[in-house]
Amino acid sequence: MTVEQIVSEGKDQFPIGMRVLAVDDDPTCLLLLGTLLRRCQYHVTTTSQAKTALKMLRENKNKFDLVISDVHMPDMDGFKLLEHVGLEMDLPVIMLSANGDTKLVMKGITHGACDYLLKPVRIEELQNIWQHVVRRKKKDRCNSGSKDKPHPDSGEAAGIGNVDNNGKLNKKRKDQNEDEDDERDENGHDNEDPSAQKKPRVVWSVELHRKFVAAVNQLGIDKAVPKKILELMNVEKLTRENVASHLQKFRLYLKRISCVANQQANMAAALGTADSAYLRMGSLNGLGNFHTLAGSDQLHNAAFRSFPPSGVLGRLNTPAGLGIRSLPSPGTIQLGHVQNSGNPTNDLSKLQSFVPGNHNTNILQGMPMSLELDRLQHNKSVGHIGELPTTDSTTVFPGSGSLVDARITGFSNNPLLGVTSNSLMLEGSSQQATSHTSVSAIGFQNGNALSDFTSIAPASNQLQDSKADSQGQASPINCNAGQIIRSAPQEWNAPRKDAPYQSHALINSSIPINSAMIQLGQCLDRNNSIFHRTTDLDSVGPLNFVDPLSIKHSEGDNYIMEPSVIEKEGYLMFQPRPHGSHVPDNTGSLKDLASAMMKQEDDFGCNGYSLRTSI
Amino acid sequence: MDGYGMQNQIACIRRSLFDQGYLDEQFIQLEELQDDANPNFVQEIVTLFYTDSTRLIQNIELTLNSRPINFSKLDDYMHQFKGSSSSIGAKKVTSECAVFRQYCAAGNAEACIRNFQHIKQEHAILRKKLEFYFQMMGQAAVAQTR
Repeated sequence: MTVEQIVSEGKDQFPIGMRVLAVDDDPTCLLLLGTLLRRCQYHVTTTSQAKTALKMLRENKNKFDLVISDVHMPDMDGFKLLEHVGLEMDLPVIMLSANGDTKLVMKGITHGACDYLLKPVRIEELQNIWQHVVRRKKKDRCNSGSKDKPHPDSGEAAGIGNVDNNGKLNKKRKDQNEDEDDERDENGHDNEDPSAQKKPRVVWSVELHRKFVAAVNQLGIDKAVPKKILELMNVEKLTRENVASHLQKFRLYLKRISCVANQQANMAAALGTADSAYLRMGSLNGLGNFHTLAGSDQLHNAAFRSFPPSGVLGRLNTPAGLGIRSLPSPGTIQLGHVQNSGNPTNDLSKLQSFVPGNHNTNILQGMPMSLELDRLQHNKSVGHIGELPTTDSTTVFPGSGSLVDARITGFSNNPLLGVTSNSLMLEGSSQQATSHTSVSAIGFQNGNALSDFTSIAPASNQLQDSKADSQGQASPINCNAGQIIRSAPQEWNAPRKDAPYQSHALINSSIPINSAMIQLGQCLDRNNSIFHRTTDLDSVGPLNFVDPLSIKHSEGDNYIMEPSVIEKEGYLMFQPRPHGSHVPDNTGSLKDLASAMMKQEDDFGCNGYSLRTSI
Repeated sequence: MDGYGMQNQIACIRRSLFDQGYLDEQFIQLEELQDDANPNFVQEIVTLFYTDSTRLIQNIELTLNSRPINFSKLDDYMHQFKGSSSSIGAKKVTSECAVFRQYCAAGNAEACIRNFQHIKQEHAILRKKLEFYFQMMGQAAVAQTR
């Protein structure tokens, strides 16, 4: 609220300069009111139309501190205006009326007015109205304060992804994601991550990544220098170094994305979101996470993180990680590469290679994937990855169609989307290699390192919910992706716990996904998260291909680069079985899926990310 | 001398307005709001009132003349009229409005019509007095500058 600003600017200034909006259809009264208020040294704006007043309030919610309105107005009832203001802007409103009937006064108060003044209003009464503003601000502060609390975990969770079992990681991730879910937009989350984390490492949560991307976009990718980005982002405890390394990864990711083409644009978008997803992915532990990463920003992160070395990839070491590794690059791209080989199987192996140990915890940085991958590794899903390729994508997500749609573009939104498509792809894609590609792309999203995700992810902030990751990025990563995805999702999904990897492994072999992957990644990111989560990957085990389609990718479609793509690819990512939380299949929004996935990922615990299983 | 004489005259006029109940302390509030930044505030707001209230009066007339009388509408108008007249401290006008509203609430058309005539009268009388008052003030100001 503005008061806060005012207060912070100069405590002794307030209430001087308090911005009041006065509404009264009677010109005489309005003139009087305005003059009185000015005499009190407030900053006054007057209007005789309630509709105009609302318009003014809506166009800039921070423009006013207080509203004073007459009850009796021809174009809109004062009480109605009162309600609107209260609901939309949450500003204190004072009612004015010539009629002092108790009933009316009561009505005013019950409708939420902070005060009810009688006309003719006197200056003494107006001199004290600022108290309402202060009171409300205080109340808001209290409310928001408590909200920020939940985040503390997130930071840690993310970082931890790499560690321990998927279970743990997932759990943390889950917490983190939950928090994130709750307030995805909360800055607190971002802020808390770095601060709450025990480790000095910065966890690039979806939110944080989103901010990062926004800052980069604002500056222009060419002109984006860490210092400026840092300033724009305005996140506490974030250092220039953090931003610099993240930027580096981001750049790589972008490069990869551009290779992928088409989706590029999407990717960019996704990147923004993906990053967050990306981050998430990291936390996702395990493949499942990747999905989320993919879907949501996380993927980006993962992607950006360029998985490989940076944390995510580190995790990738595990076969699962490998898959992700490939992602590291602009996200799916890596996978893409992997996939390019076309054969999922091949890819998988490749993926595995990626993973080499990057374990950088950094993975968490943005690459939740790595976490997942690690998990995957732990889970032994690693092995699966290779297998994935073969898995028919069919298994993947029946619903993966959505994945495709999820197109990573925004994966963030639909983790599932990405995934879903992938999954779909997987399912059918296996047959259709081509389609797989999309899946693969998607698959990646799931958190797999699918680099695609990164691209996709941006958008998928939502996906981030690790759901996307969980989506198991089924990324078509042509096999590899699948693997990775699995891991990814887990990781990203982090909270999911072990991101059972989420099956994203989708990649089921058939998916040529390579290209698709990227797309998928994109979509996947979004979807991925969704995918993974949502569907019980049933398929086999970790790799449960989450029914991407079920994942309501549609929701997140925003980012999805082309969800459709993803879907096709079927996210190979198997959705880690959403244990427990089985991702609500396509239950509505991907977000749900994503969250579900996230949860699931935890559940999945990526046991051996059996991507292959799903495959 | 003229200046002082005029000032006295103006003061007398003003006092009588209060004494006779045409104006109440709200008017003093208006005067207090007048300052260097807002030198003609009182006159401005009174003028505004009269411009606006003329419109209102016309509407009320129309409503009163229509059959059947829409009392709720009448009440609305009168509510507003009362609000603005009280804002400038037009005491008599405001109290007449209050009476009107009571009749209106009772659905007493006849009483409303009758009462409305009173309102219009008071409204007109006050206007004249205030116009004269402002005129004197203007002249005094001019005389002072001489």
